[in-house]
Amino acid sequence: MSEYIIEMLNITKSFPGIKANDDITLRLRKGEIHALLGENGAGKSTLMSVLFGLYQPDSGTILKDGAPVKISSPNDANALHIGMVHQHFKLVEVFTVLDNIILGAEKTRWGVLRKDEARRRVVELSERYGLKVDPDARIEDISVGMQQRVEILKMLYRDNEILIFDEPTAVLTPQEIDELMEVMRGFAREGKSILFITHKLAEIMKVADRCTVLRKGRLIGTVDIADTSREKLSRMMVGRDISFNVEKKESAPGEKVLEVEGLTVPSRLHKKNAVKNVSFTVRRGEIVCLAGIEGNGQTEFVQALTGLEKAGSGSIRLKGREMTDMPIRERSRLGMSHIPEDRHKFGLVLDFTLEENLVLQRYWEEQFQHCGHILRRPVREYAQRLIEQYDVRSGQGAQTIVRSMSGGNQQKAIIAREMDKEADLLVAVQPTRGLDVGAIEYIHRQIVAQRDAGKAVLLVSLELDEVMDVSDRILVMYEGEIVGEFDPRKVSVQELGLYMAGAKRDDKKEAV
Amino acid sequence: MNILADILSATLLFAVPLLLVALGGMFSERSGIINIALEGIMVIGALISTLLLRAFDLSGFGPANPQLAVLIAVLAAGLSGMLYSLLLAFASINLKADQTIGGTALNMLAPAFAVVLTWAIQGQGNTTILIPGWVRITAENAGLAGAEGFFARLVFKSLYLTTPIALVLMAVSSFIMYKTRLGLRLRSCGEHPQAADSVGINVYRMRYIGVLISGFLGGVGGLAFTLAAGSGFQSQVAGYGFLALAVMIFGNWKPLNIFGAALFFAFFKIIGSYSGSIPFLPDFKEIRSSEYIYLMLPYIVTMIVLILTSKKSRAPKAEGIPYDKGAR
Repeated sequence: MSEYIIEMLNITKSFPGIKANDDITLRLRKGEIHALLGENGAGKSTLMSVLFGLYQPDSGTILKDGAPVKISSPNDANALHIGMVHQHFKLVEVFTVLDNIILGAEKTRWGVLRKDEARRRVVELSERYGLKVDPDARIEDISVGMQQRVEILKMLYRDNEILIFDEPTAVLTPQEIDELMEVMRGFAREGKSILFITHKLAEIMKVADRCTVLRKGRLIGTVDIADTSREKLSRMMVGRDISFNVEKKESAPGEKVLEVEGLTVPSRLHKKNAVKNVSFTVRRGEIVCLAGIEGNGQTEFVQALTGLEKAGSGSIRLKGREMTDMPIRERSRLGMSHIPEDRHKFGLVLDFTLEENLVLQRYWEEQFQHCGHILRRPVREYAQRLIEQYDVRSGQGAQTIVRSMSGGNQQKAIIAREMDKEADLLVAVQPTRGLDVGAIEYIHRQIVAQRDAGKAVLLVSLELDEVMDVSDRILVMYEGEIVGEFDPRKVSVQELGLYMAGAKRDDKKEAV
Repeated sequence: MNILADILSATLLFAVPLLLVALGGMFSERSGIINIALEGIMVIGALISTLLLRAFDLSGFGPANPQLAVLIAVLAAGLSGMLYSLLLAFASINLKADQTIGGTALNMLAPAFAVVLTWAIQGQGNTTILIPGWVRITAENAGLAGAEGFFARLVFKSLYLTTPIALVLMAVSSFIMYKTRLGLRLRSCGEHPQAADSVGINVYRMRYIGVLISGFLGGVGGLAFTLAAGSGFQSQVAGYGFLALAVMIFGNWKPLNIFGAALFFAFFKIIGSYSGSIPFLPDFKEIRSSEYIYLMLPYIVTMIVLILTSKKSRAPKAEGIPYDKGAR
């Protein structure tokens, strides 16, 4: 019996224009939690897709218990007891939890489903591992955290012994992350082997036994967590030292750029207002951060601010001009940039090319069109300049279809477009969501640079670290209201947490 | 009372093709393929089966074993529809062609093919394939001679074997859709093919199955329509394939709701044709060609209903999108 349960030896996999995996070797011990670390586009997901049978490697071999195996489909992987929780969950939204779990591994008699048996087993598994789910709830009605538990139960239902988690914590709240870590440790104690893809160093230090680091499709090395540190890992991952703290000068707030007064926004989900009587201002040269737990009205507030949704009442002024009911293009021309929360839905047209996406907000300008015809060359030149300046990487340059780019580079494209507009107000919503430390550092520096150039920045973030590091002023939003205003140098994370959870609030609501 | 029995009987008669074809559309769309070719599939099914009935009539096999002959014709209709739908499946699944355009092409091909074949067999100018009289089930040949009254009239006024077959197929469809492994997998392919693929389901195969089932039901529906229309097969099915799509949407891609929608739609169609003999309906005498007012009824009602229910209607999420294994 081999020491390793899975060995991936010298795996190479190319896509058009990019070598996603270049001679990578990864060995997984039985009963260990093995982290796979790397920046976006480092080839982590590709490597795991090879193991799960979604991609065929160009060369290289896979051994299970020392014997070579061929994995050409998820069915083969399943037969070898390899299971995977995908980064974007593979769940059918209109099906129930139970249907999703049994799909593809149904127990039947004469082709007729035997759900009672399946339900008993799911309930038993869910109790045994503390993975609370409601078997009859529909996926679209349950929280992201519960959806993830469904994905985990899918693996357990199939008796999988090798569990792959692709960036499982990106979508979870801090409490859910702790729960997940506990569940993973439980699996490892039972002898299951876990591959854990992530770019969050803190999580690796907390839960993993060993860690394999990839960079740009190449293997950098495998280390024992006990012998390493956060700094060492990040150097392996990025290839240089990373500063975890955002360096910035004292802010020097100038005139008012954004003034919000008594803004109320009705909710789409229920009859009540999602944003209630919110007032604040953002001045030139400062970063104001709107903090809060997801679903406390930040999304609705930003949609009203940027014009995606109609405001109920109140007013929004930009540089003294009323813009509460202005069309989106007018707002943009008046001087507002917006890095949206959902880059796929609002930030990019995924099936357009990179250059088309980069001129989305200015293709009508004189320099890019003539009598309604887009002038290809100026567009190309403009795109090329942004791509270089902001280091946007892609397979085929300006003509790459955006869908095929990595998340970090998609975000860089949006940032290039929005920052090049030289707008007076930058609204950045969750600008670093799902990105790796290298990209996060870059984006934070860009935001601070905007501030130093005299722009007003409104940052909406759920990440407490980001809130504390980047902002000059913090506003906490709870159930649609601003419940407190803080100076990040004078408040603790714990204190902020209490306000975010609604346990504390300041009664003087007028933040200025 | 006789009028009422006649109306209900005719309603059921015309609901049957709508039901069958809409169920067909449901199988296809639930697997992820928009089947706009149902009209053409109906034409092919009707063409082959009426030709077969004609042959049975000429050979003497039909008059001797009438319902067995009809049963064989039903199977032939289904199989020919299935064969024809293979073209759609190949174009939209293997070639990843635009499903609407592929379907439209098949719709245009079918009637032309039918005219050619009809003339080739019956001689130039004989555009109608007549339906033999023995096809109908009457009270006499059902062994219930002399049955009188409301229900006898309702049932036997215009009964064909396709009606009970359609009701059975509806029950079977509902069972397959919700109680079997095939149904679960089929539905997952129309909603989230990547999820289906990730648990080892062959999306291409499931979509083929969905389209082939729809071809079978569409073909049988073509025969059912021709029987209901009564005047024989004239290389067309009067837009029933498209109406069935409306019925399917109105029925929210669910078997029982589709049955209800088919009855609803057929009822208004029949009200239109019987409007002259229903005493309490206003007759709009002062308007020229006022008979057309009621004939518009089913279409207008459908539009209104679709507008009212469109908010709740929920198409399979991935329908119409060719599945590509490699796409992220």
